[in-house]
Amino acid sequence: MLITCPYCGPRDVIEFTYQGDGNRQRPQPASQNLDAWNAYVYDRLNPAGDHNEIWQHSGGCRAHLRVVRNTLTHEISSTAFARGDHNSVARHRAEDKP
Amino acid sequence: MVERQSPLEPVLHPGSHGNFEHGVEIILSETRPGSILQLAAWPGEEKKLMAGIHAVTGLALPDGAGGGVTNGARSVFGFAPGKFTVVDEAEGLAPAFASVVTSAIGTVTDLSHGRTAIRIAGPKAEWVLAKFFAIDFALPAFPIGAGRSTMHHDIFAQIQRTGADQFDIYVFRSFARSFWKALCHASEEVGYEVQ
Repeated sequence: MLITCPYCGPRDVIEFTYQGDGNRQRPQPASQNLDAWNAYVYDRLNPAGDHNEIWQHSGGCRAHLRVVRNTLTHEISSTAFARGDHNSVARHRAEDKP
Repeated sequence: MVERQSPLEPVLHPGSHGNFEHGVEIILSETRPGSILQLAAWPGEEKKLMAGIHAVTGLALPDGAGGGVTNGARSVFGFAPGKFTVVDEAEGLAPAFASVVTSAIGTVTDLSHGRTAIRIAGPKAEWVLAKFFAIDFALPAFPIGAGRSTMHHDIFAQIQRTGADQFDIYVFRSFARSFWKALCHASEEVGYEVQ
């Protein structure tokens, strides 16, 4: 499985660390809404298809990425920096697209 | 001045090794730069940091991921968004940056004692490195001056291409001896010389 890092280009999955479901919405730290906390900690979509995920390129540029991965085929349909301001100075290497 | 010890000293044996009957196709050496720095810009301050690097080192960084430049004595390359490795043959580069990279622009971390710089050169350099790292070492994909961060198993490595068939590899000092031995083993079949 290859993940195309927006900075480093296509790299083997071994360089990346899975950081969890990208759909979760963390409540404000002071929130006492137990349903919201319960949803944040336990509720997962578990789709058979495209899934929003957070990965870290821990064996490369160490940036956190938003990745859309198909859970059936492992096809990666999009990658972007989790930090939006990195995308604004996006420095994709077009020639590296697999 | 206290002389810096190299972690490679017990295993660095100058001379030709391996299958060199038909010529040496790899040259391995330790470049022992005096300064190895990591510079990081706060969000939005990347251009100011790049201007600061130009002011101190005289090296103009190209735009683009992993872009870099070298003049032999000094080298710089990007290895992550807004982060750069700067290397100088001479010691004392960190103090030179102190007044240029202010706390409003970013940070300067002196890694001179934390990294070991290994140079691999020769017509088979790309070929040997391709056995270690799953990245494209061909010249069009990895131009001269450019940098890449990747890893060989758990050994994190920053690689800069400093010539058409020459690469400088920066590894953690504690992994350097093991990595050096692996490089020697990988170079045996094409014949290598240690300088």
